[in-house]
Amino acid sequence: LLSRGDISEADWEEIEETLLLADIGAGPTDELMTALRTRVKVLGTTDPEQVRDILREELLTLVDPDMDRRLAASPVVGDDGEPHPATILMVGVNGTGKTTTVGKLARLLVAEDRDVLLGAADTFRAAAADQLATWGERVGVPVVRSDRDGADPAAVAFDAVKAGREAGVDVVLVDTAGRLQNKAGLMDELGKIKRVVARQAPVSEVLLVLDATTGQNGMRQAQVFAEVVDVTGIVLTKLDGTAKGGIVVAVQRELGVPVKFVGLGEGPDDLAPFDPKGFVDALVS
Amino acid sequence: MFASLSDRLSATFKSLRGKGRLSEADIETTVSQIRRALLDADVAVPAVRAFTSAVRERASSAEVSQALNPAQQIVKIVNEQLIEILGGESREVRFAKHPPTVIMLAGLQGAGKTTLAGKLGKWLKEEGHTPLLVASDLQRPNAVTQLQVVGGQAGVPVWAPEPGNGVGNPIEVARTGVAHAREKYYDVVVVDTAGRLGVDAELMQQAADIRDAVNPDEILFVVDAMIGQDAVTTAQAFADGVGFTGVVLSKLDGDARGGAALSIRTVTGKPVLFASTGEKLTDFERFHPDRMASRILDM
Ligand SMILES: Nc1nc2c(ncn2[C@@H]2O[C@H](COP(=O)(O)OP(=O)(O)OP(=O)(O)O)[C@@H](O)[C@H]2O)c(=O)[nH]1
Ligand SMILES: Nc1nc2c(ncn2[C@@H]2O[C@H](COP(=O)(O)OP(=O)(O)OP(=O)(O)O)[C@@H](O)[C@H]2O)c(=O)[nH]1
Ligand SMILES: [K+]
Ligand SMILES: [Mg+2]
Ligand SMILES: [Mg+2]
Repeated sequence: LLSRGDISEADWEEIEETLLLADIGAGPTDELMTALRTRVKVLGTTDPEQVRDILREELLTLVDPDMDRRLAASPVVGDDGEPHPATILMVGVNGTGKTTTVGKLARLLVAEDRDVLLGAADTFRAAAADQLATWGERVGVPVVRSDRDGADPAAVAFDAVKAGREAGVDVVLVDTAGRLQNKAGLMDELGKIKRVVARQAPVSEVLLVLDATTGQNGMRQAQVFAEVVDVTGIVLTKLDGTAKGGIVVAVQRELGVPVKFVGLGEGPDDLAPFDPKGFVDALVS
Repeated sequence: MFASLSDRLSATFKSLRGKGRLSEADIETTVSQIRRALLDADVAVPAVRAFTSAVRERASSAEVSQALNPAQQIVKIVNEQLIEILGGESREVRFAKHPPTVIMLAGLQGAGKTTLAGKLGKWLKEEGHTPLLVASDLQRPNAVTQLQVVGGQAGVPVWAPEPGNGVGNPIEVARTGVAHAREKYYDVVVVDTAGRLGVDAELMQQAADIRDAVNPDEILFVVDAMIGQDAVTTAQAFADGVGFTGVVLSKLDGDARGGAALSIRTVTGKPVLFASTGEKLTDFERFHPDRMASRILDM
């Protein structure tokens, strides 16, 4: 990042550029630069290596390594005193990786010896239920789907959770259709899916799937989805590419909700817990 | 969270009103507002830098300093420059002299390629062509089924000799698809391919092999309008890895500003031909550089 022995204006610009290129955003970048300049001044350092370390520190503080990033995947006791499966809703805009993440997450939970069931509540996208069914076969878990396209997604989600309860599974993962946050009708539909599911079992997690290539619009996505369905965690997908996914830094802060997993490929094992330090190192590299 | 550029600038204008000409400080304020708007729109950092220095230069020129409202004049200049870079007028799809015309789709995972294949099929059919869609994504779970469904919705046949889900050779499918089109007199072939990352050398080679097998008249790079700064790296990787002749910007029905259009155009010089504006097969239109410029500037 920095090469020379003292810190010139060009060096500062280079640091700023690194942050902007990582999609951190203009606002948060300005804040970080101000904090960095202040600390560097106070320390009186001219060592680029030390400046780089301070930047990492500042970023790591923002990303907050102390957040609880565990997945709420244990069965819960409902208002009726009965055990219910942990219900997890996967939400986000089109094409971010929701269906794939449902498959990967199922794989992970199965490896932890949990009984899992998938619900195909995307009844809209062409072959979405087939795609989820293929994932179900791949990772060896059953899938509840409608036998016709265009069925009411809330009804399918309801059926899935009901089937999960009756079968006594530990976790029900519900896949939903991609929807852009500025489409009020589709966002209402999502709200309804959550409400209807909640009649069967309390919703344990709502995971917002953000694509790492997404720029500043990621913040709008997060704000609107959080308003409509109360997001509890973020999955940052496609981090195996050249994109850094810096938008999640501001998103975490705005929502107060942690990134829980990262997607690192298209295969069933390409999901990892979010590692704040690794993420920050990649941001500034 | 993002006040529009109009809002931000009108605040600036207010303080400038009544002043005959822009001072150094006025110019800097205006430049910094424009910089912020472009960055919030995900315009590539190097492009933003080029813009701000151009604005600085032209701001002190006679055309601006003698204008009635200098700051507004600057915005007008930026807007015009954006339109120019975005391509002035967009061009038509190039059809082959000797059919079939081959259109290959390429892009990152989830960009909107398969949906676009259906949209192109429907549009081409309405234009009096006899298109054929070719299922060369044999990787993403049920990509073949998905193409068959959108083909069905568009009323366009789909060449899908392999089931996909990891089975079959996409290069071979593309080759036999074009041969089939030639034999049965389909005059346009749209080849859907798997999503791939710019850094995936193996899959990029596969895309190049598909290209070499079917010799496309158009290679369309499909890119999500929500993409951020990675647009530059990825566009460059596809330009180098497979090459493309045009760009399709997808998901423009969202509220992303879509600065990527500018980045890709700046980096590769390739025109944006179409805008994809929804999930339905009719949500598809010609790209309008002027509308895009206003959208990026949030005016
Ligand atoms: N490289 C990479 N590709 C991914 C990752 N996650 C998902 N994908 C790919 O991204 C594309 C879209 O994934 P899906 O799971 O279908 O996305 P979705 O959000 O369910 O899409 P819709 O339901 O259409 O909104 C597919 O080609 C996936 O294989 C990831 O972490 N890395
Ligand atoms: N709102 C909106 N959604 C779109 C548009 N184009 C595609 N989509 C949606 O985006 C998601 C991904 O589209 P696909 O056509 O499957 O994308 P792809 O590039 O073929 O994806 P892969 O084959 O997995 O790489 C689906 O949910 C589509 O319905 C668009 O213009 N607007
Ligand atoms: K990365
Ligand atoms: Mg899906
Ligand atoms: Mg596809």
